[in-house]
Amino acid sequence: MMSVFAIVRLELLIARRNMWVATSLILMGLFSSVLTLAGGAPTGTLGVDPLLVAVTSITTLSVYLVPLIGLLLSFDSIAGEAERGTLALSLTYPVSRGEILLGKFLAHLMVLGFAVAVGLALTAGLTIWKYGAADLSYLPLLKLFATSLALGAAFLGIGYCVSALVRQASTASGIVIIIWLVCVVLYDLGLLGALVADSGGYFTKTVFPWLLIANPADAFRLINMPAETVSTLASGLGAAGPTIGLASPLVSLLLWPVMALFLAWLAFRRVEP
Amino acid sequence: MTALLIENVSKSYGPLETVCDVSLHLAAGERLALLGHNGAGKTTLMRMVLGLTPLTSGKIEVLGVAPGSRAARRAIGFLPESVAFHGALTGREQLHHFARLKSVKASVADDFLERVGLTHAMNRKIRTYSKGMRQRIGLAQALLGQPKLAVLDEPTSGLDPISRHEFYDIVDDLAKAGTAVLLSSHALTDLETRTDRIAIMSKGRLLANDSLMSLRKSAGLPIKVQVTATEATADQVAQRLGGQRINGCTITLNVQQEGKVALLGEIASLGNLVKDIDVTPASLEDLYRHYSTADQEGT
Ligand SMILES: Nc1ncnc2c1ncn2[C@@H]1O[C@H](COP(=O)(O)OP(=O)(O)OP(=O)(O)O)[C@@H](O)[C@H]1O
Ligand SMILES: [Mg+2]
Repeated sequence: MMSVFAIVRLELLIARRNMWVATSLILMGLFSSVLTLAGGAPTGTLGVDPLLVAVTSITTLSVYLVPLIGLLLSFDSIAGEAERGTLALSLTYPVSRGEILLGKFLAHLMVLGFAVAVGLALTAGLTIWKYGAADLSYLPLLKLFATSLALGAAFLGIGYCVSALVRQASTASGIVIIIWLVCVVLYDLGLLGALVADSGGYFTKTVFPWLLIANPADAFRLINMPAETVSTLASGLGAAGPTIGLASPLVSLLLWPVMALFLAWLAFRRVEP
Repeated sequence: MTALLIENVSKSYGPLETVCDVSLHLAAGERLALLGHNGAGKTTLMRMVLGLTPLTSGKIEVLGVAPGSRAARRAIGFLPESVAFHGALTGREQLHHFARLKSVKASVADDFLERVGLTHAMNRKIRTYSKGMRQRIGLAQALLGQPKLAVLDEPTSGLDPISRHEFYDIVDDLAKAGTAVLLSSHALTDLETRTDRIAIMSKGRLLANDSLMSLRKSAGLPIKVQVTATEATADQVAQRLGGQRINGCTITLNVQQEGKVALLGEIASLGNLVKDIDVTPASLEDLYRHYSTADQEGT
């Protein structure tokens, strides 16, 4: 257990001086502030909770940013260390591969959590400054934070998987970017195309909801976009929201990190440094 | 006590046999130098000892347990041949991390930084270190926690002559404290006096494994004797001793161990015809060449 802490500590030290981390922090803060300040104005007068409106726009942002941060933090973890020779050295210490993976995961999750927390704190602060603290419901904010962590954890796990399966960090970075594009952009476009082609047939009613839930990014979106705002704010994809409910996307979002980390561990066990 | 036991170990990467039927053993406090051409299989053998790569056949025991087991790893210090520590960390942060993994106190880690002469640079980023300074970080981490077996792959590469000397002082201290040291090197001159045993590998095979003295004896390489005379007496001396004149006043003779004393007596009897005598036994480099070329002739 002490070795896990040692690894967490080292990874946090490295993250503190990591360009990616700094970039994602700035992006997170910047976008959250802009979306909060710009997005709240028209609906604020209609009696809708301004925080809820902000949360909705930040959810849209997080679907892109959180997976990206997760993948950028993790792609170098195994392939990069193997290339530099530090993995071989670490493995001659009395520490198991599971502990190494766990240590890295905890540290990266903390970094990710910090970035998300900064963004959400800015959102909350700006909303209070604009509309006053009364009548604000903080629950959606907490929900967004928790699900962002789960989403980030899923993509951290996917990043470790890739990093353990390839030999070079540069290859891992390429694959990871492709995975990001597929999960947050192409997947939805594909589904949308299929929906249009199917026009309310068998696919739309039975297959589509499952496909939507299966993608952690979409599951995340389903949980954080309340049904009534989904239809107005999100594109055609969100329309399936009401029929799906909350439970299954939640299960998907929680299963993904567990599965991805387990697969990463299996792949890591086979790596010869 | 046997710190390391290697029995009939072979390793193949596909059709390529990189280590072939090697047997070695290393007692506590013994220093063994592994020599061999590039690609001889030294690093591969060490990686098997560390449990980083599985054996194709044979058996390795580190302090009586399997290589790579937790107990074995607790007792091992390893300096890799090439390692690039994360440039964003300072030397001190990096070493403290390794100390934590080995449950060694931070203050002890600082002592080792002092020992390898890095105290002045310990709070600088490793990115800014010179090659030798990086090598010293690697060395310091290998020494942490009083290892029972130190595996050092080309430890002196990148070190300046004085540092190399200091490095072997550290190795001596380790050995005195009971650590078995397995090291590989291409810098032969350093090794002569600083190791107990020399093992020579070529193409995955172990060609020799003995002390320098015994290697000399079994190789039967002649001892070189150089006699310096004056311009006037050189011819006369060369005639009397039967050696070869290499310049104006120097004569070289090659003699086997048994004939050495007799020859020296003969030279002494020449009285003041001779100004100086130099006796050089076969160097490690000569021995290394002898054993590796003998192998090539054999195959
Ligand atoms: N992972 C690997 N896959 C295939 N071949 C390998 C692998 N690792 C090493 N080899 C081969 O094994 C042989 C021995 O390599 P090794 O690194 O042990 O040599 P070495 O004695 O340490 O050489 P050097 O003095 O250059 O460090 C080489 O022919 C090398 O190509
Ligand atoms: Mg080598």
